[in-house]
Amino acid sequence: MGNDKEISDKLMSLEEAVKKFIKHGSQIALGGFTISRNPMAIAYEIVRQKIKDLHIVCHSHGQALDVLIGAGCVKRLEIAYGGNGRYAPTCIRFKKAIQKGEIEFEDYSNYQMSLRFLAGALSIPFIPTKSGLGSDLLNYEGFSETIRKEPKVANRKFTIMQNPFNDGDDNVVLLPALTPDVALIHAQYVGEDGTVRIKGLTFADIEQAKSADTVIVTCEEIVPRSFIRLDPDQNSLPPFFVDAIVKVPYGAHPTACYAFYDYDPKHLNLYKKVADNDNLFKEYLDEWVYGVSSYEEYLQKIGIDMLMKIKANPVVGYAPGLDRK
Amino acid sequence: MAQYTDNEMMAISAGRFIKDGDIVFAGTGVSMLAATAAKRIFAPKAVIFFETGGIDPSLDEIPMAVSDLRVMSGTCLNSGLIESFSIVGHRRLHTIAFLGAAQIDKYGNLNTTVIGDYHRPKTRFSGSGGACDVASFASGVITFMQHEKRRFVEKLDYLTSVGWYKGYDSRQKLGLRRGGALAVVTNLAVMKFDESTKEMYLAEYYPGVSIQTVCENTGFDIDTSRAVEAIPPSKEELRILREEVDPQKLIL
Repeated sequence: MGNDKEISDKLMSLEEAVKKFIKHGSQIALGGFTISRNPMAIAYEIVRQKIKDLHIVCHSHGQALDVLIGAGCVKRLEIAYGGNGRYAPTCIRFKKAIQKGEIEFEDYSNYQMSLRFLAGALSIPFIPTKSGLGSDLLNYEGFSETIRKEPKVANRKFTIMQNPFNDGDDNVVLLPALTPDVALIHAQYVGEDGTVRIKGLTFADIEQAKSADTVIVTCEEIVPRSFIRLDPDQNSLPPFFVDAIVKVPYGAHPTACYAFYDYDPKHLNLYKKVADNDNLFKEYLDEWVYGVSSYEEYLQKIGIDMLMKIKANPVVGYAPGLDRK
Repeated sequence: MAQYTDNEMMAISAGRFIKDGDIVFAGTGVSMLAATAAKRIFAPKAVIFFETGGIDPSLDEIPMAVSDLRVMSGTCLNSGLIESFSIVGHRRLHTIAFLGAAQIDKYGNLNTTVIGDYHRPKTRFSGSGGACDVASFASGVITFMQHEKRRFVEKLDYLTSVGWYKGYDSRQKLGLRRGGALAVVTNLAVMKFDESTKEMYLAEYYPGVSIQTVCENTGFDIDTSRAVEAIPPSKEELRILREEVDPQKLIL
């Protein structure tokens, strides 16, 4: 270990990564899915640096999205689903922000959003699907004409065309590609050569990363080049897609990270309790985000007891018997 | 007769639709329970998979979300969203999706997006997630609902996921190649859809529930001429549900 010269220009702190790559108004693709592998450490740092007017693009999102919305960092959202599993069937600050008209939003489906990232990754301007025909996803536009003139916003939500290879009646939906400014991914391993390995499900992280102009990867461990190259079938992204690498153990807490730790039911229940009340939520941010000077301090607040309880059995990938109520 | 809860009856009622060889797309909550029960009781050769990309997990513990680590454990394959939707719509596969919704209409169209105006809703829900996709692609959709008038409505506030659209062959005319609403399973009854009109009808009412109660809790006229009383879960089915499917009682 310690042979990380190959990535020395990419290795940085949370603070540096956010300062360097995330601007007011950036379009951000969030990796992970509802209560798994949310890029929490980076999200907290974005909140601490008081970055505003973000345009978030994601499929099914949970905790990171909700914290960013609640902290007032998000202006605009393209999304399929906002939920934290059983802990918040609809993400609470997301729900409040939409009901109060505080954010601009556009609804798509999971597959549609994944395809839009794939189109961005493939450098094609749009992509067809059959998904959504007849749905109000294709009857209501969330964004106004004014918003549609802005950079990185498609000039229309979708269009329907006839299959050009079939003479019969055969509709397909065309969806605009996404090319976000930055993708935020939390992975289990990054090699000393910069190769990224996501264990468990990859969701749409790989498409999101490849569609973005810049990729920030936080990881549980930096591992030797010899290890990551011993079994390259398991790897997710080659080094040249990655711009910043930050080692942050438990960087997805309170969401789960396969083979490392489960979601934290106690913290997600605490969040559920405070998120619905503006004052309590402000106190939560003061205590858990603004009030901690390092990620280690955040983990100290979670406590060794809980960190041990959620520690995954690396063989089955989760924490068997964890009290998840 | 054994005592059982609404969720137990719903999980068993839905599980009965699953056959060996079916590929079952499970969502959260009761749907997760039903999928696991189906495999352990009715169709051991059915395969459960999740939109997040986990295929055939061992499900030794019940997942609380489709991205729960438990959907990635003991699988034959861990993939991602693009791959999972290639399975839902695959022409070689018979895929059954379990969904839930805030509102449903008589053609089995679903709303999981808003109550009220789309732009400034009275209540905002999570949104489509993968629901609109599986409703577009799966061979059949079984929806779990709480049976209430405000949920069984003449007109949805927002049509997130297409069932039989406007009835008859309107779904096919949209350009969707297969699928449609197969059944609705509630805390009172099981509804199916007429082969020709595609309108919802009452197929089974649960023991202790009257046809009148079902009608009173449905916000549109529903045909009850084909209704029969449902068979309650057996002692063995309940034992499997309680001891093997959800021993921690997270959903039951």
